[in-house]
Amino acid sequence: MKHTISVLVENHSGVLSRITGLFSRRGFNIESLAVGPTHDPEVSRITIIADGDQHTVEQIEKQLNKLIEVIKVRTLKKDECFARELMLVKLNCPAEKRSEIMTIAEMTEAKIVDVTLTTVTLEICARYNKLERFIEIVAPYGIVELVRTGTIAIQKGSDVMDRKK
Amino acid sequence: MKMKACEAMVECLKAENIKVVFGYPGAAICPFYDALMDSGIKHILVRHEANAGHEASGMARISGKPAVCVVTSGPGAVNLITAIATAYADSIPIVCITGQVNTEQIGSDVFQEADITGAAEPFVKHSYLVKDPNDIPRVFKEAFYIAGSGRPGPVLIDMPMDVQKAEIDFEYPKKVDIRSYKPTVKGNAFQVKRVMKELQSAKKPLICIGGGVFAADAQEEVVKLAHTMNIPVITTMMGISVFSDDDPLFFGMLGTHGVKSANTAVKECDVLFLVGARVGDRAVSTPLALEQTTKILHIDIDPAELGKNIRVDFPLVGDAKNVLTQLNAIAKPMEHTEWIDRLNSYRAAPVYQQPREGTVVPREFIDKLSRRLPDNAVVVADVGQNQIWTATSFHIGEGGRFMTSGGMGTMGYSLPAAIGAKIAAPDRAVVAICGDGSLQMCMMELATAVQNNIKVKLVVMTNNRLGMVRELQTNGYNGRETAVFLDGSPDFIKLADAYGIKGCRVTDAASENEAIELLAEYDGIALVEVMVDENAPTLI
Repeated sequence: MKHTISVLVENHSGVLSRITGLFSRRGFNIESLAVGPTHDPEVSRITIIADGDQHTVEQIEKQLNKLIEVIKVRTLKKDECFARELMLVKLNCPAEKRSEIMTIAEMTEAKIVDVTLTTVTLEICARYNKLERFIEIVAPYGIVELVRTGTIAIQKGSDVMDRKK
Repeated sequence: MKMKACEAMVECLKAENIKVVFGYPGAAICPFYDALMDSGIKHILVRHEANAGHEASGMARISGKPAVCVVTSGPGAVNLITAIATAYADSIPIVCITGQVNTEQIGSDVFQEADITGAAEPFVKHSYLVKDPNDIPRVFKEAFYIAGSGRPGPVLIDMPMDVQKAEIDFEYPKKVDIRSYKPTVKGNAFQVKRVMKELQSAKKPLICIGGGVFAADAQEEVVKLAHTMNIPVITTMMGISVFSDDDPLFFGMLGTHGVKSANTAVKECDVLFLVGARVGDRAVSTPLALEQTTKILHIDIDPAELGKNIRVDFPLVGDAKNVLTQLNAIAKPMEHTEWIDRLNSYRAAPVYQQPREGTVVPREFIDKLSRRLPDNAVVVADVGQNQIWTATSFHIGEGGRFMTSGGMGTMGYSLPAAIGAKIAAPDRAVVAICGDGSLQMCMMELATAVQNNIKVKLVVMTNNRLGMVRELQTNGYNGRETAVFLDGSPDFIKLADAYGIKGCRVTDAASENEAIELLAEYDGIALVEVMVDENAPTLI
């Protein structure tokens, strides 16, 4: 089962390697990991998508909490957060396919960010599942390159992760 | 006050009341050593960096406060990792200071450069690479606080040479405030009541204590609770010596290498109360079976230990001393006569076989020695058969202390840890018990003891084998014994002589008595070699 784990950490060098090291040495599987600063320059927020049963995710939370530079850990349930991921896809696209691909882009709310004689590059921001479906749809044209940010997530409503332990 | 950063490092140690450091110098830590020279802090020169860590560990376990080791960059730091991992596995507070190459050279593979914060990451509670000399006071203050509070553990401070040479304005912080580190120390009042209710309604309650009781300095509190409620007590290897072996409620060590009374108690109890014990695989090999038959109550300061290795019915996060004090406040006297009588029937007096000519029975020797030493003696067992023999046969008196590398099982721990323990408690008898294999992993430290006249006693159980591995091969690999023969070992009595240490070899009853007298009475360093039958089994 996939879990979305949100982690607030001190914005120090080396924190990310402590976290990824913890996952690998404890045998936890990371599906994706996204990290960036927050509105507080001293705090970074990491969103981890991890795979495992309930016991595993509890251990992940507890072990993360033991890292001195981890300020707060929270597992976000699917229905209590907005989750988004950005993806850039470069497709094979001879001139005769352009309009077809443009239609797909329109239908899926993807943006065309670059066009060449032979390729087109699309940008799409959505939930994980939607990106997976998008890949299925565009795959027949020939994917040349694909890059994703990993999921980031934020709680719905006025709920916030406080920066105290 | 303006001063050199390396002097500030020394001032930080003074502010933490550090009187002794264990270390081994090298180019990258020379500025610190220069400042240390006139500081009044005693430096113990080890003969291998791992032993600097083990000696600090031995000292920390006796003093209850973080102890310090110092090594240089590169190989010095990397050699220390075994000791860091050993301290981490047993939650021992040590602060490790490592030299590092100049800041601008980091990452360019210069001479004696190693990424020690990276390499030691899996085994430290926390680590710092100090790049700004102005951070020194805060980093040291935090390091000691983190090492010693919560679940204790090793903290590493990596100090580039140029940072040590800088000049800073020094003021040692009075307080620590790390927003992301606030260990829970007091037990949740509601949960404390529920745990007490479970203990009171149990028919066959059992307390199992672990190393966390020492970490929390909660020996008195757990003894009090057990006696108020008349609850029998067993221990993991790390909890040995919280209870004296003379205590009628104490039923010994559980686990793969434990005793029958303790292992039967675990099987038969209806409520098991774990106190600072992490349910390691050597203590409880089948947690799934146990959780089906038994209600589990568990105190630990580390929330991650609750439910990690065994399902817990009533978890209680907190410092064992505080939580037990809370429990003692509401504990009522109880009787469990039938249950205790039953457990008493599982106690077995040791039976010793007639030793082979030229040898003595190791467990009998350890038992006799322990009864001849003062009650408050410290015994440090190494790893292997000698460890199990000592754990199960060394008679712990009132105020006695047993130590060993429990979690990591690091061979060569006993002698350096004994040296550290002796420095922490110069008035107590300190005996290290090791095998002829483990001695050869740490015997260079005999020089450290001699140089500083640290009067430890060393017992070497010689069977010319890596006895425990050999036993594994005998039982699990069709008797195909390989790489377990220690032929080529030196004559340990001559070796002792070469160091100017008094030696004595035990081959029969007469020399046994002589050796025990030497270990109990001699005012100096002594090495006793006990010749044991290579077929002497690990278990009783």
